[in-house]
Amino acid sequence: MSAVLVSTTVNGDTVEFACPQDETLLDALRNRVGLTGVKEGCGTGDCGACSITLNGRLVCSCLVLGVEASGNSIETVEGMADGNKLHPLQEKFIEHAALQCGICTPGFLVAAKALLERKPNPTVEEIRYALAGNLCRCTGYDKIVRAVQAAAKEMRKKK
Amino acid sequence: MRFESPATSKEAVALLASEKGHAYILAGGTDLLVRMKMDLIEPDLIVDIKGIPAMQSINASSTGSRIGAAVSGAELGEHNKLKKLWPGVVEATNLIGSDQIQGRCTMVGNLCNASPAADAVPALIAAGAKAVIVGKNKRRTVAVEKIITGPGQTSLARDEVIEAITLPKRAPRSGDAYLRFIPRTEMDIAVVSAGINLTISRGIVTSARVALGAVAATPLLVPGAARAIIGTKLDDGALDKLAAACSRACKPIDDKRGTIEYRTRVAGVLARRAAKIAYQRAGGA
Amino acid sequence: MAHDYSYTKQKFKVIGTRPERPDGIDKVTGRAKYGADATAPGQLVGLILRSPHAHAIIKKIDTSKAEKLPGVKAVLTCADLPDLTGGNRDLQNILENCMARGRALYDGHAVAAVAAVDAQTAKKALKLIKVQYKALPHVTDVDEAILPGAPIIHDWVFTRGIDPAPTEPSNISQRTQFGHGDVEAGFAKADVIIEKTWKTEQTHQGYIEPHACLASVGPDGSGELWVTTQGHFTFRNVCSSLLGMDVAKLKVTASEIGGGFGGKTHVWMEPVALALSRKANRPVKVVMSREEVFRASGPTSSTSVDVKIGAKKNGVITAASAELRYQGGAFPGIWAMLGAMTSFACYDLKNVKTVGYDILCNRPKVTAYRAPSAPMAAFGVESTMDMLAAEIGMNPLEFRLKNAAKQGTRASYGPVYGPIGIKPTLNAVKNHPHMRARLGKNQGRGMACGFWFNFGGQTCVDLNVGIDGTVSLTVGTIDVGGSRAAISLIAAEELGIPYEQVKTNVADTASLGYNDMTEGSRGTFSTGMATIFAARNAIEVLRERAAKMWDIPVDAVVWENGEARATGKKHGNLPRLTIKQIAAKAGNTGGPIAGHNEVVADNAGVSFASHICDVEVDPETGATRVIRYTVVQDAGKAIHPDYVEGQFQGGAAQGIGWALNEEYIYGDDGRLQNPGFLDYRIPVCSDLPFIDTEILEIPNPNHPYGVRGVGETSIVPPLAAIGNAISNAVGVRMDHVPMSPPRILKALDDATSS
Repeated sequence: MSAVLVSTTVNGDTVEFACPQDETLLDALRNRVGLTGVKEGCGTGDCGACSITLNGRLVCSCLVLGVEASGNSIETVEGMADGNKLHPLQEKFIEHAALQCGICTPGFLVAAKALLERKPNPTVEEIRYALAGNLCRCTGYDKIVRAVQAAAKEMRKKK
Repeated sequence: MRFESPATSKEAVALLASEKGHAYILAGGTDLLVRMKMDLIEPDLIVDIKGIPAMQSINASSTGSRIGAAVSGAELGEHNKLKKLWPGVVEATNLIGSDQIQGRCTMVGNLCNASPAADAVPALIAAGAKAVIVGKNKRRTVAVEKIITGPGQTSLARDEVIEAITLPKRAPRSGDAYLRFIPRTEMDIAVVSAGINLTISRGIVTSARVALGAVAATPLLVPGAARAIIGTKLDDGALDKLAAACSRACKPIDDKRGTIEYRTRVAGVLARRAAKIAYQRAGGA
Repeated sequence: MAHDYSYTKQKFKVIGTRPERPDGIDKVTGRAKYGADATAPGQLVGLILRSPHAHAIIKKIDTSKAEKLPGVKAVLTCADLPDLTGGNRDLQNILENCMARGRALYDGHAVAAVAAVDAQTAKKALKLIKVQYKALPHVTDVDEAILPGAPIIHDWVFTRGIDPAPTEPSNISQRTQFGHGDVEAGFAKADVIIEKTWKTEQTHQGYIEPHACLASVGPDGSGELWVTTQGHFTFRNVCSSLLGMDVAKLKVTASEIGGGFGGKTHVWMEPVALALSRKANRPVKVVMSREEVFRASGPTSSTSVDVKIGAKKNGVITAASAELRYQGGAFPGIWAMLGAMTSFACYDLKNVKTVGYDILCNRPKVTAYRAPSAPMAAFGVESTMDMLAAEIGMNPLEFRLKNAAKQGTRASYGPVYGPIGIKPTLNAVKNHPHMRARLGKNQGRGMACGFWFNFGGQTCVDLNVGIDGTVSLTVGTIDVGGSRAAISLIAAEELGIPYEQVKTNVADTASLGYNDMTEGSRGTFSTGMATIFAARNAIEVLRERAAKMWDIPVDAVVWENGEARATGKKHGNLPRLTIKQIAAKAGNTGGPIAGHNEVVADNAGVSFASHICDVEVDPETGATRVIRYTVVQDAGKAIHPDYVEGQFQGGAAQGIGWALNEEYIYGDDGRLQNPGFLDYRIPVCSDLPFIDTEILEIPNPNHPYGVRGVGETSIVPPLAAIGNAISNAVGVRMDHVPMSPPRILKALDDATSS
């Protein structure tokens, strides 16, 4: 079990870590980079709690190897706010009470951000299908969908 | 475990050929990493094919298309030309998992995972797709329906890699479609599925291919179902015969996802619905 | 100090507003720390080896190879967990569930554990532990478990509640009975009787955060536990009992909790983590995989329920009875009893009888799941209600209204109701625009009612006024869904200060007195009550201090709008003293200003809900989609309406999942076939419509603000509401939950062929 050194970019910063070659990027981010905002709900790609973007593409970090991060660019929930200014999605999630326990929230935020960058004015149905890979057991998704709609509106205004 | 990221198909093949232990190919990893997590496999070597240029591109044309093995579902879905030519193939691949899964999963990975319920595969079989295989000493091209030989089993040698999928020349007035049944609206494995590709002339189906998923040990090409609609205007009688032929071809099992009875019955329902969509896409009324 | 619990009809300033929660920013930036997010110096990774057999004798466990593996610091079997329970059977059951003692009782039962320097080593070590099993016959179905010849799970279980006491062991751990009147005489008077058997499959709470803890125990017998839990005080008490530790020497800190719904009211691997840490003398972190969560932590019961209801043609129910068989897993439970208590709680019945049978199976130990046991009973009862209404030609809503319980009704489970909300929820449904919306082809509408007791329990809080007049509130109930915001609102209301000047924190077990768990919808109800009383105590102190500052008698000082005001001719013209001014001088007027309260918050106030549901069924595939859903529920008083709505919506969504797709599927080998979110299908975002809510406020007379618990009732009606909607859509009566596509298609086929 030989670890390898991985050099990558996380939320704009250069990060290096050594990890065993069969370790997932999720475990590497949590345990070696210290980004515990990336959550493990299942480890098999079924819940979306570990959502990140890899070179701009939304993925489950539990289904990526740590070594694959080498030379690539990663964004996590920890990188969403701009300094002390929350991202509109973060603001609207709080304002609309779109979280109860909050364990799924980082994954939802990352997935919703990826959606709105691709589709600034999604329909309710488009929001629901785009977020189908993120499980929430507390809210019944109602307030989450409303928060995403509100953030989309806010973001369109700013453009 | 060793992780390798070769730059050519040849190098990939050489790595696989020289490995004495358990070697696996990594494309999207959406099946491979699950199997590792569940402790079903313990790889000694993982060969990541995403750095191989020949596997990264999509060429789409009415005279024939080629999709690299490392192309993700999301990239496929963003390729408007391919979508226009082969909407059934693209939508089948895009049905695999969530947006997160789409960011990684590949058509070839779906094929090589060799699940009877693989979404991309019935659509590819119906489309007449072929797999371009690179081996140690030779390349060969094989019809997709010849790849899967049983659940989790393929006809590939241990030192062979699928480099790309090719789709044939697209005749005018052709259309394809794929439908699957899942209990939820997303995130499930197909309980039963149907892919249909057809060409029409003056409203009459002149050629067709019908394939079913999750109704046997492998995805099935069902020539009898195609025969049921060729020469018809896809009237209700033809659709009834299509559904019956599909149900007859099913050899499903009872499992946690569905019953024999259910799969057999719904295979016909889906084939009928998919045929209508394909017919409409081909320009039929 | 005695406090007045009674409802005061006061006009609220901040109660009922919707401020942002105090933990919001931490939770949207990834900073909030959950069970798996803590680390400790020198921490080891703990993993648990689990039985692949549904029922087996453990002949031998050879740990020698694992122990020799470099990097392994402790290997644990039941030998390391001696029975220190003093014969307390409930504790023995918990101990045996944490680690098998000679016999594996279900697929996933823990048999050994390791702690090693990293996950890779721990995983390798698990594979080196060799367990010799001798498989035994097993049973996983609730009805098969009580057939003659079924394998007996425990030879020490003799059915309780039967006279004379049985002499043969049985898989029925207890029989319970509730009701009043004479049901036979009642049925004799009925014009129409409907009698039917209903089945529900086992479901899991499905919280997204797996169980996780970080345990650290030293050789001196002191320890700490960081854990995701609904009740860290209970976890402390149970773990210290099982491990022979002094209660005061185990400090349990609750992490942020990533969902519980009852499943985190029970210890699973936490005692094992502590024991591993004690053996290794290093901190040990144990995080369950999703598969472990499904195989070995708290699902709810699968059930089989016979319901019989008789009514006059005019719609008056003359008698109702039910026999309820609930499977509780491999250890005795109280689940059928709760089902038997809740079955007919919505109705005013002269003659009613319910009998519950708690049944053992080779399945994981059942624990609470949101309004535990009520949804399954309601599925049978509320479906039968619709069938009966149809039979006598009455609108099902009117039929329910005619028989609904009211103030003064003697509940089927015993007590006489005070003011309750069942009729108001039914009337709200009747007047709701949803009831008049048009339906399309293959669409149908259903409704159903639900009940939950709610619970109060032991609670205490500390309220401290800071030197700047802001208020720090220390509570001992876990915040599972925004209760810190609600409790801050209550403190702000009582003290007359802005919400922004209150911060509520959850204390560890060393920093506050004992609190029961966040269960039974008690968090905001009971901690809110203790907060009101603590604030009132603090106000007494604030008045005394103001009096001192003014040098006037305390009787001349009143507390208004967050300020002390001197009263009477003599002092009335003194400028008011704000909480900030009083706090600033605290050091000179008697020291820190605080209020405390310890209370057993009884009379939580029963809760009722009525739900409306529209479905569309695809008759060719049996697929059902919920296209519109409305929850009407009595909240007593909604402290923070966002989080009340959130509870209504979340409960309904869980009920919808249960109704349509969620189920534990066991193979003939007794092994769980779907221990993952792929095939244990909880609703995804695209499965659901917006869930409309209507909050009714019928004050609980036994709470100063009229609060009732709101967290659980909303999971009770959906199973029957959906069953009734399907029946109205496509004309088949589904008697088996989940009403999955294959079951619906089969029912449609059977209906066509008959």
